[in-house]
Amino acid sequence: MTVPATTHRGPQSRILRWVDYRLPFYSIIEHDLTGYPTPKNLSYWWNFGSLAGIILVIMIVTGIVLAMHYTPHADLAFDSVERIMRDVNYGWLLRYIHMNGASMFFLIVYIHLFRGLYYGSYKYPRELLWMLGVVILILMIATAFMGYVLPWGQMSYWAATVITNLFSAVPVFGQKIVTLLWGGFTVGNPTLNRFFSLHYLLPFIIVAVVMLHLVALHQHGSNNPLGIDHRGPQDTIPFHPYYTIKDCFGLCVFLILFAFFVFYAPNFFASADNYIPANPMVTPNHIVPEWYLLPYYAILRSITFDFLGIPSKLLGVVLSLGSLVLLFFVPWLDTSRVRSARFRPIYRWVSLLLPIDVVALGYVGSQPPAGFVVTLGQIATFYYYFHFLVLMPLIGKLERPRPLPISIGEAVLGTGAAAQRP
Amino acid sequence: MTDTAQPHVSPAHDGETRRDFLVLTAGALGAIGAAVTIWPFIDSLNPAKDTLALSTTEVDLAPVQVGQRLTVAWRGKPVFIDHRPPEEIKKAQDVDVASLRDPQPDSARVKKPEWLVIVGVCTHLGCIPLGNKPGDERGPFGGWFCPCHGSIYDTSGRIRQGPAPLNLVVPPYDFTSDTAIKIG
Repeated sequence: MTVPATTHRGPQSRILRWVDYRLPFYSIIEHDLTGYPTPKNLSYWWNFGSLAGIILVIMIVTGIVLAMHYTPHADLAFDSVERIMRDVNYGWLLRYIHMNGASMFFLIVYIHLFRGLYYGSYKYPRELLWMLGVVILILMIATAFMGYVLPWGQMSYWAATVITNLFSAVPVFGQKIVTLLWGGFTVGNPTLNRFFSLHYLLPFIIVAVVMLHLVALHQHGSNNPLGIDHRGPQDTIPFHPYYTIKDCFGLCVFLILFAFFVFYAPNFFASADNYIPANPMVTPNHIVPEWYLLPYYAILRSITFDFLGIPSKLLGVVLSLGSLVLLFFVPWLDTSRVRSARFRPIYRWVSLLLPIDVVALGYVGSQPPAGFVVTLGQIATFYYYFHFLVLMPLIGKLERPRPLPISIGEAVLGTGAAAQRP
Repeated sequence: MTDTAQPHVSPAHDGETRRDFLVLTAGALGAIGAAVTIWPFIDSLNPAKDTLALSTTEVDLAPVQVGQRLTVAWRGKPVFIDHRPPEEIKKAQDVDVASLRDPQPDSARVKKPEWLVIVGVCTHLGCIPLGNKPGDERGPFGGWFCPCHGSIYDTSGRIRQGPAPLNLVVPPYDFTSDTAIKIG
C-alpha cells in the first residue's frame, strides 16, 4: 500500500492508550475505518459491498429472533411459522424482513459481483479477495436454500427433495449420499432438523469469510472505476467521513426499496404454494426456485442430452455447479492486464452481454421447460461458458486497450487528457 | 437608509455552524429511527397473542366437596382452590393480623369465605407448596408447606414461618354463578 499511515494519532486518553497498547482496538478502527485511505473516485457501484455487510447483519439479527419462535419439527414447523405471522408480536415484520432480506442480499451481491467483473476487481493483486467472495456466494446459496426449507410448505418440501436429489447424479454412490443427506428414505423430520442446525451455523461462517474478505480488501485497498493503482495521498481520501456518508446515503436509498417490499409487497418474491403445508404425496404442478437461483436451475434443466457418454443428469448437475466454480478461475481466465472495462473497447461490450445472458437463463428457469424455452436455455448455457472459457481469454489477447490515465488524482481533477471518460 | 433600524447582523462565528445543526438533527433522527427499529425485536419476545389467549381459566366448583382441595392450571401455573370447612375458616379469621409478616385479614383474601382461591406458587423462589393433595404435609398451621425451603402457610394461604416474604397470591377471579369461577 502506497499511502503512509501518518494520519494515525491514536487515542487521546491515557486509559484508552493503555488498552490500545494491549488490544489495538482504536488503532484498527483508525487504520481500517476512519483513516482508511480510499480512492477518491469510487462511484455508487462501490456501495454494494458495505450494503451486503449490513444486510448480512439484518439477516442474522432477524434470524436469531425468528429462531426463538420457530419449531424445527416436521409436524410443527409450518404451524410455528403461521404462529409467527399471526400471534407473535411483530412476528410478521420479522419474517417479512428475513424473507425479503434474502432476496435483497442476493440482489446486492449480484450487483457487487458484476461490478467486480466489469472493473476487473479480481485481477492482481486481488485474486484471493475475489475467490473469497465466490466462497461467500456459495455459502449464501446453501444458507438460503436451507432457510427456504424451514417453513415446511409445499415449495420447501419439494425444493429440498429436488436439490438433495442432485446428489443422486453422483456415479455409484449417488443414492447412498442422498439417503445420508436425508437421514431417511425421503425428505423428512431428520432432514428438517439438520437443515435448521446448518441454517443457523452457516451465516456465522459467512461472517468469518467476510472478515477474511475484508482483510484481503484492506491489504491493497479498493479497486476503482479507472482500475489503476492509487499511488499516493493525492489519489485517496480517508474512508471517514467521505465514504461513510456516501455509504449511509446509499443505505437510505436501499432501505426505501427494501421497506417497499417488506410493507407493500411482502410476498412478491414468494410462491403461493409455500403457504400450503408440505405434502409428501403431491408435488406442485410447477416447481420454481427463488429468483436468485433460477439461472443455475435453468442450466441444470438445459442439459437434455447425454454427451461423451456422460448421462444428461450428471452433466446438468456438473454444469450448474460449474457455473459457480468457474468464477474461481476468472482471475486467470481474463488475460488482459487492464482492469477497468472502461479502457477495454471490446470487452466493455462483451461484459455487458453476460448479465443479459444470466437474465435470459433466469427467465428460462422460471418457465415450464418446453419448446423454445429449452432451446433458449441451451443457447444461454452455452454462451455462459463460452464467455468465460473462450471470450475472456481471447479478448484479453486480441484487444488493444485505450491509454490509461497516469493517476487517479489527475483523472479526478481533470488536468490530464487521458482523464477523459469514455 | 440611515433612518431605518440597523439590520440584525449575526456574529460570523460563535462556534455554532450549519453543519453542527445538521449533525445534531440527523443524529437525533437516526437515534429515534434506531429505537423504533429495535422495538419490534424486543416486543416480539413478549407473550404472543396465543399465549395471552390462555390467560383465563373457568372452573366448575359444584363437584368439590367441603374440605376438598383442587388444583387447576391458569397461565401454566397451579391455582389452589380450597373448599374450606368452618373450622378452617374460623382459624383463618381468628389470627391477630398485626402479628403476620404480610398483614392481611382473611376477608381481604376471599370473595366467599368457604372458597379460598390462591396461586400455588411459593413467594420465596417459586416452588409449588405441598398440602393440596390428601396425605400431603400441610405444616403446623393446616395450610400449605413448601418443601423447597420450608415456608409454611396457614389456611388463608398467608405466610407464617420460613423464608417467603409474602402471602400466596390471590389471582383475579369472579364467580360467574354460585358454583363456578373464572380466573383471570
